[in-house]
Amino acid sequence: MDIRRDIYQAIADPTRRAILTLLTVGAMTPNAIAGHFGSSRQAVSKHIQILAECGAVDQDQRGREIFYQLNINKMKEIDHWMESFRKLWQTRFNQLDDVLKDL
Amino acid sequence: MTNNFVFEPDLAAKKIYITREFDAPVEKVWRAWTEPALIERWIAPKPWTAETKTWDFTVGGVWLYAMVGTDGQRFWVYAVFTAIENGSAISTTGMFCDGDGNPVAGGPKSYRDTKFLSLDGNRSKVASVITFEEESTIKMFMDGGFKQGTAASFSNLDELLAAE
Repeated sequence: MDIRRDIYQAIADPTRRAILTLLTVGAMTPNAIAGHFGSSRQAVSKHIQILAECGAVDQDQRGREIFYQLNINKMKEIDHWMESFRKLWQTRFNQLDDVLKDL
Repeated sequence: MTNNFVFEPDLAAKKIYITREFDAPVEKVWRAWTEPALIERWIAPKPWTAETKTWDFTVGGVWLYAMVGTDGQRFWVYAVFTAIENGSAISTTGMFCDGDGNPVAGGPKSYRDTKFLSLDGNRSKVASVITFEEESTIKMFMDGGFKQGTAASFSNLDELLAAE
């Protein structure tokens, strides 16, 4: 079954946020990523899998090793959504200015 | 006159800080946030309109309204008042709704604390902190009940807002 996840699930967990931060430096293998965490390799591997399902990271096969790298475009979705939320509130407040003028 | 609009997401903390100043005394701003007929005039970005279904402004009371699109599409917003300090603060817990405005049991929640402050010169300031639950996704809430999976509506809103 193809599990569809969205990018916000990627950042919902502290370990996954830490992995994303690590990957801003450059692509890494699962072993190298796991080396930065106290949790088990399986636990870290599960987080990487979720990040991949969210589209937050891409796989890059290099010889016999798989590297994971940040999917920058996908991360921009968050910025995009935040911007529309910001505009929603800006618009509400501008409309509220008009309501207050009449009170 | 600057209104000092601040919109500051702190994604790691799952919080969004929103503040805005108004050129009106705090009593009027409080009324505009607590009288449904007034709220309906500003809460939905035009040409969307707002319709209040339930308004029980007591601790534990429910506030349910719909944002209605020009095509009649409704986005329900369901909130429970968790704290009210008359004239100065309101806290609400937002819940996810189905298409009929019924809150989804066990669904993700968001929490909003809003403070109303008086400023010099008959001005006032509103400061909100919106907090999202650990496993909820921020997008799901958009505060306005714009539901997950309504990507088309999101882009509608984007276009709408871009045209403002």
